[in-house]
Amino acid sequence: MNAPDTGYNFAYLDEQTKRMIRRAILKAVAVPGYQVPFAGREMPLPYGWGTGGIQVTAAVIGADDTLKVIDQGADDTTNAVSIRRFFQRTAGVATTTETEKATLIQTRHRIPEARLGEHQILVYQVPIPEPLRWMEARESETRKMHALAEYGVMHVRLYEDIAHMGRIVKSYDYPVRVNGRYIMAPSPIPKFDNPKMDRMPALQLFGAGREKRIYAVPPYTRVESLDFEDHPFEIQTWSEGCALCGATDSYLDEVVTDDRGGRMMVCSDTDHCDKRRAAGHSGPMAAPYGETPR
Amino acid sequence: MNLVATAAVLDDDPPLLSVRGLGKSYGGALGCRAVSFDLWPGEVLGIVGESGSGKSTLLNCLSGQVAADAGEILYRDRMGATADFLTLPEPKRRALLRGEWGLVHQNPRDGLRLRVSAGANIGERLMAQGARHYGDIRAEATGWLSRVEIDTARTDDLPIRFSGGMQQRLQIARTLVTGPRLVFMDEPTGGLDVSVQARLLDLIRGLVDELGAACVIVTHDLAVARLLAHRLMVMKGGEVVEAGLTDQVLDDPHHPYTQLLVSSVLQV
Amino acid sequence: MTTMLSVEGLSKTFTLHTQGGVRIPVFAGLDLAVAAGECVVLNGPSGAGKSTLLRAMYANVLPDAGAVRVRHQGRMVDLARAGSRAVLQVRRRTLGYVSQFLSVIPRVPTLDVVAEPLLRQGVARAEARDRAADLLARLNVPERLWALAPATFSGGEQQRVNIARGLIAPMPVLLLDEPTASLDAANRDVVVALIAEAKARGAAVVGIFHDAPTRDRVADRLFDLVSAKAA
Repeated sequence: MNAPDTGYNFAYLDEQTKRMIRRAILKAVAVPGYQVPFAGREMPLPYGWGTGGIQVTAAVIGADDTLKVIDQGADDTTNAVSIRRFFQRTAGVATTTETEKATLIQTRHRIPEARLGEHQILVYQVPIPEPLRWMEARESETRKMHALAEYGVMHVRLYEDIAHMGRIVKSYDYPVRVNGRYIMAPSPIPKFDNPKMDRMPALQLFGAGREKRIYAVPPYTRVESLDFEDHPFEIQTWSEGCALCGATDSYLDEVVTDDRGGRMMVCSDTDHCDKRRAAGHSGPMAAPYGETPR
Repeated sequence: MNLVATAAVLDDDPPLLSVRGLGKSYGGALGCRAVSFDLWPGEVLGIVGESGSGKSTLLNCLSGQVAADAGEILYRDRMGATADFLTLPEPKRRALLRGEWGLVHQNPRDGLRLRVSAGANIGERLMAQGARHYGDIRAEATGWLSRVEIDTARTDDLPIRFSGGMQQRLQIARTLVTGPRLVFMDEPTGGLDVSVQARLLDLIRGLVDELGAACVIVTHDLAVARLLAHRLMVMKGGEVVEAGLTDQVLDDPHHPYTQLLVSSVLQV
Repeated sequence: MTTMLSVEGLSKTFTLHTQGGVRIPVFAGLDLAVAAGECVVLNGPSGAGKSTLLRAMYANVLPDAGAVRVRHQGRMVDLARAGSRAVLQVRRRTLGYVSQFLSVIPRVPTLDVVAEPLLRQGVARAEARDRAADLLARLNVPERLWALAPATFSGGEQQRVNIARGLIAPMPVLLLDEPTASLDAANRDVVVALIAEAKARGAAVVGIFHDAPTRDRVADRLFDLVSAKAA
């Protein structure tokens, strides 16, 4: 299973390209939250499927790494399976679905529920890296705004939410300030995950393939979600727990169970849910552990 | 004729703005040349002239939208320090334009964010200066809407749904909310119905008086200039041909061009 | 006697560039001094230059030669040479002017039009409005008009608003350009009384009055432009 395909360099990219990307990553780590341009390569999958994340992963992965890939928290979706297979075949590395056992985690739209450690690297796939794009279309201007830390406009959008809805409704890709300096798009993770980024022991790397940008949050770096004094940042909450494992502290997805309006709320992090059920936790709709294939 | 009316006989507090030898050419074409004047707090300076006289180029140079290629723009800031705007580092220049200076465009669409609410348009400059209390920002925004006579029920409406006159008043509120010490206005009543103009003129005059701001207003309308400006500069071919007290320039014009301009106005 | 306003060697010629550079000499070498508490009426036929002289005293017209000195806060300031800002200060504090026609922003209510000179001197809005109301009442401007802009008023009403605006602030020097021209006898009496009060508080007044009886009631002496020019 782990014997790589022949005819490819380790992890697909040639060594010169990896060096170039590593330089960009180093710079990104040195200036937390700053978007570093890099010479993104064509990858054997379309933009929007994680080309930025894959290039970052390819540049940092080693033969002794254990890779986990998740999409919306799940290890078994098409995108996650494809990317995991890609690195199995081009790098021959071990893979896992267990968060604790992974040394390298590539993710789209979630941060695992389990607390990450210093030995781990989290690679985010980023569709739109520029948090100011909504207010300012000109790249030359957004760069200047970053350079001069002119971030007043970021609050305009939050203001609009409160004015129209009575609260900040932006629920994913919720802008953060990194290390008290750069405003950063955390990629479309739910704002539920924002607090996990703050002072995370693992290194966080972000790759945007179409826009050819890399940025990073080094371990233990301060990450604050923008808010107002009288409308402080809040994460999503649910009135019920996970229907399968009963968890009340994880991010839940709504799953439609039939065509008569039936639905259930379950953990979006499949590994987290599995582990809890294996440990004997159960929710109202759970079959005994081991009998329901997910 | 003394073009630079600087003889501060009665008190000698320094000017807020001292412009010296300001010039700008576009390739071979002249934008404006050798413009000098002083401006004190609370003063409204009108710049009049026909299209192509250089008055818009001058305003664009003064407000940092076009880079002048000669001269100095000496500005005394809130802390009392004087610096040349043209050689100021960009961060400071942009900070001035966001706070102590304000610019009202002729077309309100150039000065507003049409896709965010009226309240957010006013709040933006406050937020850019670090305001982080939603309730305070909103209170300030609605306060300014009523000052510019826009129904506060429209606070959350998009300005794209406003009439031209309302958009212009919103732009003025958005500009003045930070209490700028120096305001540039480019034909603020241009493109508006006559009935709306009077109201806007009254509003601008009242606000400028109240804030004690210095103001440079470009207009081709001598009636607007007479009602708003304490002093006038008449421009022709990129140069200032006559300057002085507004009523002096309009009632006793000396330069042939000013006489032509004044005599060409239709009397109602 | 303290001289409040003086004109020394004043000359003015209009040059009309739009009409082939025609030169129209108005007067030359005029001398006149007006003391505190004195009213001097400019005299002479139409076209003698009375209005131009009055406007030169207000620095509305710039003389070609000579000086216009006004006692402003204890110092004589030459308006012909002072900068724009100095002139504005003198006008705000010292030099009042009642023109023949009212020229104001169309939408402003009458009460505020009249109160404005006081506001510019730093008087509180409420007090300025009270004093404006008193003066308008005295000049028989009906109270129902006070909240309206004067643009639609009759000529006489506009002129009374104009007079109120010109006389509300106790200026040390007053210049009056035919303030009684379109008034009826009763209102003319009010204006004459207001001028007398200004003189009594020490104001120097220079005016143009076409109607002879009024002129004789207010004038301490006449300044005849025809004989002055001949001299």
